Amino acid sequence: MDVAKVRADFPILEREINGHPLVYLDSAATSQRPNQVIDAEADFYRHHNANAHRGLYQLGEEATELFEGARAKLAGFVDAPSAATIVFTRGTTESMNLVAHGWARKFLREGDEILITEMEHHSNIVPWQMAAAATGATLRYVPLTDDGMLDLSDLSSLLTERTKLLSVTGMSNALGTITPLPQLVEAAHAVGALVAVDGAQLVPHHRVSVTELDCDFLAISGHKMLGPTASGGLYAKPEILEAMDPMFGGGEMIREVFHDHATWNDVPYKFEAGTMQIGQQVGLGAAIEYLEALGMDEVRAHEEEITRYALDRLIDCGATVYGPKDAAERGGAVSFWHKEVHPHDLATILNEQGVAIRAGHHCAQLVMRRFGVAATARASFYVYNTKEEVDALIDALAAAEEIFTF
Amino acid sequence: MALDDIYKEVILDHYKSPRNKRELPGAELQRSANNPLCGDEITVFAHVDGDTVAAVTFQGAGCSISQSSASMMTEAVSGVSVDDARRLAGEFRGMMAGEVEPDEQEFGDLVALKGVVKYPIRIKCAVLAWDVLQDALESAAGSAGGTQPHRV
Repeated sequence: MDVAKVRADFPILEREINGHPLVYLDSAATSQRPNQVIDAEADFYRHHNANAHRGLYQLGEEATELFEGARAKLAGFVDAPSAATIVFTRGTTESMNLVAHGWARKFLREGDEILITEMEHHSNIVPWQMAAAATGATLRYVPLTDDGMLDLSDLSSLLTERTKLLSVTGMSNALGTITPLPQLVEAAHAVGALVAVDGAQLVPHHRVSVTELDCDFLAISGHKMLGPTASGGLYAKPEILEAMDPMFGGGEMIREVFHDHATWNDVPYKFEAGTMQIGQQVGLGAAIEYLEALGMDEVRAHEEEITRYALDRLIDCGATVYGPKDAAERGGAVSFWHKEVHPHDLATILNEQGVAIRAGHHCAQLVMRRFGVAATARASFYVYNTKEEVDALIDALAAAEEIFTF
Repeated sequence: MALDDIYKEVILDHYKSPRNKRELPGAELQRSANNPLCGDEITVFAHVDGDTVAAVTFQGAGCSISQSSASMMTEAVSGVSVDDARRLAGEFRGMMAGEVEPDEQEFGDLVALKGVVKYPIRIKCAVLAWDVLQDALESAAGSAGGTQPHRV
């Protein structure tokens, strides 16, 4: 992958922050967007804007075609059997809430269990806490090992015939850990449980085939994979989408409305109430084209290479890294604590050098508690990041250390 | 912006060697709060004797700004009247909002935190301890003590 050529597509990378070139190391929070995505969204508003599925005029047809074209691209990107298995959402959080409302609240009963892991982002914990409270189901957790992997040694007692759903991240946003999804899907299906995968971090960086993986749900965030904010979707198997209830009532999701009831539109439209984020999803379509042109194997190879370099340099300079130390077992979200410097102080000092990192609990307080820290610093990488930027991070760490040496 | 604005020597000194960082045995006022976004935690212990804040200590963990602010606060309000402590808390919050020009005499070391105003996201770090102090003093004015769960 020609990173210099990639970088030229991202206008924001020309920015200077405090007199230094921007070093953006927070793509796990949200990625930057290339001109191709920005232009696709702007082009939609400039030339094709109308409501989708409504206007009986040319612009309406063009808007519908672009919107549905983006759905087909997203379906193809995750190797879904058809575009109808993709519900457009604002991203992973909305997708997981849709599963929790539309599926879990309808089908779970007292005595049923939902199994998640201590590695999850809050958006893959809280919806299940709410669904458990509403249904009487019990929420259970797969614990973590000291090196930040799922501790599957006791899986057979956690995953039983009482388990109706296993919901798990494909890649931890706080530890970087890549989970053994094929093994987990097989084990869950063996006891009759469905599997929901939080793909927020995995899908932007890895080739994912829902057909090969055989997961029942996959939640996708567009803004972490070069797409606009509020773009993304939920993949679910067709028969599950048919059985699920909609979460929102309103326009487009209905077939007929009577005084006392309404009937639902076909899937996936029965889940898409109101005017959708059409321009954003069209932009996501352009992001997918961009990633496919790079090649997802290349994207992953670049991530692994830069993550390996960053791990080596961070550990060399005395930082404590949380999560797996082998780049082959993890993604590019690297949580660390640099000596005695609190992550918030670190982020402030790094910003003076133009280096943008995340500091905090990363919406994963169970992970922070597991490792006995209130917060960590996190650097995360994507297609546009270079080893020179890792070097800039390490140099900035030295500046922070100097201020806080005592 | 320059880092000297925020990481002044006096701030780092309070961070490295916090004053009054201990529990206060027999303190009738004790309140805690955390900043869930960054994990900063502060517990303030206070002993009020009549109208006077006789002693204030703190416990906690977090970034240099939250912890140094707590340390400076304990020095600034120990021995002053409850009314003055409340007024100082209000003025400190005003300084952090960029609305109050601090009286250097009265503020002492606290003036050093003025530079944090230039870092909006860190302002909540600086005011955390003061929020907890005010909460504690209000609890004294209202019902007599008792602890409440962490504010969020």
